[in-house]
This record gives sequence, structure tokens and C-alpha cells, in this order.
Amino acid sequence: MTAEQSTGAAPGSLVSARGGAGSPILRTEGLTVRFGGLTALNDVNVEVQRGEIRAIIGPNGAGKSTFFNCLTGVLHPTAGRILLDGEDVTGLPPNRISQKGIARSYQITNIMPNATTLENVRIAAQSRRHSWSLLTHHRAYRDILSRAEGALAAVGLAGKADELAANLSHGEQRNLEIGIALATEPQLLCLDEPTAGMSAAETHDTMELVRRIAKDLTILIVEHDMQVVMELCHRITVLHYGEVLAEGTPAEIQGNPKVMEVYLKT
Amino acid sequence: MPILLDQILIQTINGIVTGMILALVASGLTLIFGIMDVVNFAHGELFMLGAYVGVTTMVATGNFWIALLVATVVIALLGAVIQITTLRPLLGRDPLTTILATFGLSLVLQNYALWQFGPVARKIQEPFTGHFSLFYLDYPWYRLVIAGLSAAIIGALWLFLKFGTYGIWIRATTQDRVMASAMGIPVPWVHTAVFAIGAGMAAASGVLFGPLVGVNHAMGLDWVLKAFIVVVVGGMGNLGGSIAAAIFVSLLEAYASLWVSPAQAVIVSFVALILTLLFRPTGLFVPTPK
Amino acid sequence: MSGAASPASPLVAVEGIHTFYGKSHILHGVSLEVGRGEVVGLLGRNGVGKSTTLKTVMGLVRPSQGEVRYEGRAITGLAPHRLARLGIGYVPEDRRIFRLLTVMENLRTGLDRAGVDEGRKQALLEKVYDYFPVLADRRNQAGGTLSGGEQQMLAIARAMMLEPKIILLDEPTEGLMPRMVSQIRQIIDALHREGVAILLVEQNVPLTLEACARIYLMEKGQVRHQAAAAELRADAAVIHQYMGI
Repeated sequence: MTAEQSTGAAPGSLVSARGGAGSPILRTEGLTVRFGGLTALNDVNVEVQRGEIRAIIGPNGAGKSTFFNCLTGVLHPTAGRILLDGEDVTGLPPNRISQKGIARSYQITNIMPNATTLENVRIAAQSRRHSWSLLTHHRAYRDILSRAEGALAAVGLAGKADELAANLSHGEQRNLEIGIALATEPQLLCLDEPTAGMSAAETHDTMELVRRIAKDLTILIVEHDMQVVMELCHRITVLHYGEVLAEGTPAEIQGNPKVMEVYLKT
Repeated sequence: MPILLDQILIQTINGIVTGMILALVASGLTLIFGIMDVVNFAHGELFMLGAYVGVTTMVATGNFWIALLVATVVIALLGAVIQITTLRPLLGRDPLTTILATFGLSLVLQNYALWQFGPVARKIQEPFTGHFSLFYLDYPWYRLVIAGLSAAIIGALWLFLKFGTYGIWIRATTQDRVMASAMGIPVPWVHTAVFAIGAGMAAASGVLFGPLVGVNHAMGLDWVLKAFIVVVVGGMGNLGGSIAAAIFVSLLEAYASLWVSPAQAVIVSFVALILTLLFRPTGLFVPTPK
Repeated sequence: MSGAASPASPLVAVEGIHTFYGKSHILHGVSLEVGRGEVVGLLGRNGVGKSTTLKTVMGLVRPSQGEVRYEGRAITGLAPHRLARLGIGYVPEDRRIFRLLTVMENLRTGLDRAGVDEGRKQALLEKVYDYFPVLADRRNQAGGTLSGGEQQMLAIARAMMLEPKIILLDEPTEGLMPRMVSQIRQIIDALHREGVAILLVEQNVPLTLEACARIYLMEKGQVRHQAAAAELRADAAVIHQYMGI
């Protein structure tokens, strides 16, 4: 991670400072997914640099969810490869993918409503450290607790650690989702429509949250809210009918006539 | 060997007769599940109460056919009342809620029958005696009549669903209750009607079967268990499948009782159930979804 | 807000609707109106709440706040089957035809209402077969065997069986080939000529600009802009703002 990275700077200026180590944190090669006669993804080649915030956008049915599902091991691609930091993780089961360092937050909240906020995050933190052992002294688990508390602080929920997750507001629950993903110490965080169903104020807070945590992470976001995409992301990949239609900075994408055509159907 | 052939043929007829009554009970059950996702644990009690209403009406009028009609109508109305008061408020909730509700209902109805009619089994007199010679047996005509009547009732139901005005409403609601509502179909009333029809069919089965066994408050238990097996084996919500499965399972049991006692022959039904759940969980007669 | 005139006494009026899916706050106070016989468009990107707005009008989803009025009377919270009988037709985004019913049976679900005699039923069927000859050809085929475009036709025809005063059309051209898109356009025009109002939810901007008299633009659960289609055709900047990148 290079020292030039900072939060709050205009997205464009960070692009050139990227790529300290040289190799991308994520690369897909010819990623293809076919369901019988339907091709959901077709020869998708995407490269994401370490520390980037990358948006995946596209109209309905473009293949965004399918793409995420491949990355997180929920779906096995029909062809192609997924390389995480140079390592082939194609077709690994979701738990192994999580251990390799890809985490995901879901559109439909996956939190445990009857546990406290801290408990929700602690379980995720536990998956990273220590095998299951009945005999380990409880003091050995202090690092899990501090990891969990750190994740809560990162998403602004430190003050609600003992609150039942069911009692959180919708925005807070979505942020808890992100906190849970963070607690697994990922290299790559996939956010699936993180601002869906949020008010303008909650959306703004979530954007700030993502900017804060982006310092130590690479982030992929599927979003429909174009304001979020434009203001938050360094680069945008546009999918259309399962193929990469365009890729570039927000300014480049905004000026791209092919993208305009697809969105305005002109 | 010739003797065995006779026995097989007799058991085939027995199997079909039982199968048709079972089909009548199971059709109602599968219709109800298919349209409103309700597993009706009280179905056997509707069967039982139908038989009791039949008994009572027979005592009053001495006419079997009137008893059959009255039982069907009365229990259908009871079914409607039950659905409106107990099940309608539960629509859309956790399925466990309706299972508990219908189970509770079955206990209530069983004990009501016990209280009302006492523990001694009653008898329904069959509408006509008379046998014909089937090999070495005197086979009662009545049994064939039951099979025929059951088939007729199921056939009428099928025709109604396929061609009747409200049959379309029922089929549309079964496929997509939200869109049916958006098309102006009064879905809550369709649910009530289907429950009533299922109840009526169960009641008719109870009266038809009455002459073959004693009528008592616990007679529903055996039948509801078999009916559930049939519904699962035939595919839940699949009417044709239930009918085929009812005959299939009854035939299996009938043949099995050539070698073991009828009480033990029941085991084959459970074996069929387990095998279906293991290998074709959506039902034997339903193509397995990809 | 530009100077597009909302109708004096609207057929359908939606006021300050807030709708939730669980805790997810989808509509943050939506208000719009459709006049008698008017074709009104509702444009917006994915996920802004356009479909939810239609579902709220049709009673498929209950708003937590706000009111829906039809012909001046409050219909919020009424069951969908009552609204259908009052004259609101609904054509959902995924068509949702009854796959196991034939084309004819699909149409009949809307036909068997009280007070419609046999003669009128026949006339309605004839009319719909006129509009959609392909449905006439396939009248005894199961709905599930129809192509996507044919299913869309059937979904619209089915709603027409209710003799509605307004049809709620949710993204009718999604996934359809350009030839079919223009057919949908013609059907919308034909319905308009008959005096049926239409609330058209779409992402297809050119179609919406051509077919509608007035257009609402939605973003993040709210109606953000309203204008006459003519104005928007002249100045597309606003459209780009809400529909583009």
C-alpha cells in the first residue's frame, strides 16, 4: 500500500498512484457462465488494482450478481479463471474463498437479529483465528474481541455494541453487514448494493464509511445509485448482457457514447 | 399357481377399491395444499365426522344416498366455517402456524365426536347387499359401487376444474395467487371454497367407507396418515398424481397382504414414502425439476 | 418542477407514499397523478422504486404512510381484487401469466366478473384478438409455451379484459426485440385512443418520450421532477441526469 493513498481526495487523482506492488489484487480471465442456453457472463476480463474502489454497473440482467457470485465461490464459472493476488481461486467453495480473503455483504441483510451487534461481528472475526478448541483459555480470545471491536468502530457502530441487531435502523443494519465482512480481514470486499433502501442521509453516511475503510482494502461495489458511483469510485466497469461494455474513470464513463446508449436506450 | 392368480386378481380389485376411496380423501388434501399451502391435519376428522353425519342421517331417514348427500354438504359448510375462522387469519404466516392450527383442530374434533357419539363404534348399513361370484369368493357389489362413485366424484371435480367458470379461478389462484387477485378473482373466497370442497370430499369418503368398517371417533387417524403418504408420493398439489399414487400404494398394500397380515402390509406404504422422499422428493409422478 | 399541468380531478392520485420492504425504506414520500385517459410515464434507473410505486397503487404492497385515491375515493389498503373490479388493470414486470392455463383461460380470468353478459364477453374477446392476432392463433396453447413477446401481449390483453379505466404497465418492453417494442408502442397508442389511462413505468427513454404526455422522473424512492413530454424531448439534459450515468 503506497503512502499516497488518502481519503477524501478526488477519485481521479488516486488512479496514477495505484499499483504499488505492480500486480493486481484481482484478475479474471475469460470468465464465462452459462446456464443451459443462457449466457450470463461472456469472456469477462477484469483487473482490479490493490486499494481501488471499483464500481460494477449495468442495466438489469447485465450479470453483476453473477459476477459477484463467481468471485465468492457461490457459483462455478463454466469457463475462465479468477486470480486473487496471483493465486487461482476459481471454483473454490465459499468458505475457502472467505479464508483466501474475499468477503461480501449482501443485498438482503444476513445479520443474526437475535444476537447483539458485537456478537454478530465477533463470530466473523473468529473464523479467521484459532481453530475450534474446547481447551484454550479464554484469554487467548482477546484478540478476536479486539478485532471485532475494531470492525464495529470502522463502521461507526462502536456505540451500539450491546444492542440487539434487530433493533438497529435499516442503515445501521446495512453497515453492520459491512462490519461483519470486515471482521473476516478480507483483502477484497464485495459490496452488493450497499445503499439500497436508504435515505439520502444514510447513503451519505455509508459513502463516508466506505471511504474510511477503503484505506486498507480493495473494494468492489455493485450499485444503482449513480451519485454514489460517481463520487466514490476510482474506476467503473460497465457490464451489458454479460460482457464488459466499457471500463474507465467516472469521467470517461460519463462521456462514453456506448454507455449512454445502453442506459438511455437511444 | 392358479390359486395364486385368483388371489392376485381379487387383491387387485380390493386395492383399486381402497385406492379410489383413498384418492377421494387425498384429492381434497392435495387441492388444499396446492392452493393455500396449508397442510390440513384435520382432514381425517372431516372424514370421520362425515361418517357420523351419515350415521345420524341414516337413522333419521333410512336412506343411504340422502345420508351421503347430507354429510357432504354439512361437512363442506363446516369446512368453510373452519377456514374462515381459523385459517384465513393465518394466511401468509409461518407454515408451522397452520400445521399447529389444523392439528389442534383435529384434536378438538376427535374429542367432540367422542363426547357426542360415545366410544362404541356405529355402523352404516350399505345401500344394497348382494354379491357376485369372483372365483371362490362372494364379492360384494357394494365395493365396486364405491370405487365407481369415487371415480365419478373425482371425475366431476376434474371436469369442474377444467371447464367450469370457477374452476379457472381455482386453477389460476393455485398457480399465482397474487396475480389472480390482480385479475379480480376474490382469492380469500376461492380459498374458502376449495377448503369446503376438500372437506366435502373427505366426508363423502367417510360415508362411502362407513359400511366397510365401524364408524368411531378415531377412524380418521389411519386414513389421514395414508392420505399424507399418497399426497407426498403423488406430488404435493398434483391432483392427477395423488390419484395415481393412491391406487399405486393401495395396490402395493393389497398385494403385500397376500404374504403378510394386513397390519404388516401397511409397511409397504411407508417404504414407498421413504423411497420417494429419497429419490423423487417432488413426487413419483412429477418430473424432477432440473 | 416545470410547468406541466397535473390534471384537475385526477383518475389516480398518489400522495406522500412511504413503503417499506421489511426495514428497507423503498419509497420516501412519492406523489403523482394520472388524469382520465392520460398516458403518463414514470422513468428512473433500477432500484429507485418505480415497480414498488405501481404495486402500492394496485394494493399488492401496503404503504406505511400516505394515500392512494381512485376517482376521488381513498383506496389505500384495499385488496387487489377489489381494485381490479373497480377498473385498475395491472401488467407486472415479469408478465406473470398463468403458465398452465391456455391463452383463452388466461383471458377468462378477467372476464368472469359479475354483471358481464355472454354477449359482452364475446365482444371483448373479439376485440382483444383483433389487437393481438397472434393470441387468436394460440388461443388453446398453454401460456407457458408462448415466447416472451407473446407473453407480454397476453399480459396486456388479460388486463384489458377487466375493461379498465387505467392500466399500470411495468416495463413492458424489457427484454423485447425492437420490432416488438414498436408493437407495444402501437398498443399503448390504441389504448389511449380508447380512453384508457396508462401509467407507464419504463427505462426505455425514447419510447416513453414518444408515447406519454407527461413524465415523472424518480430517484432513490422519490419523484424528483415532472414535465410535459414535449419539454423533455426538446431538452434532454434532465433525462440524462436521472437516467444516465
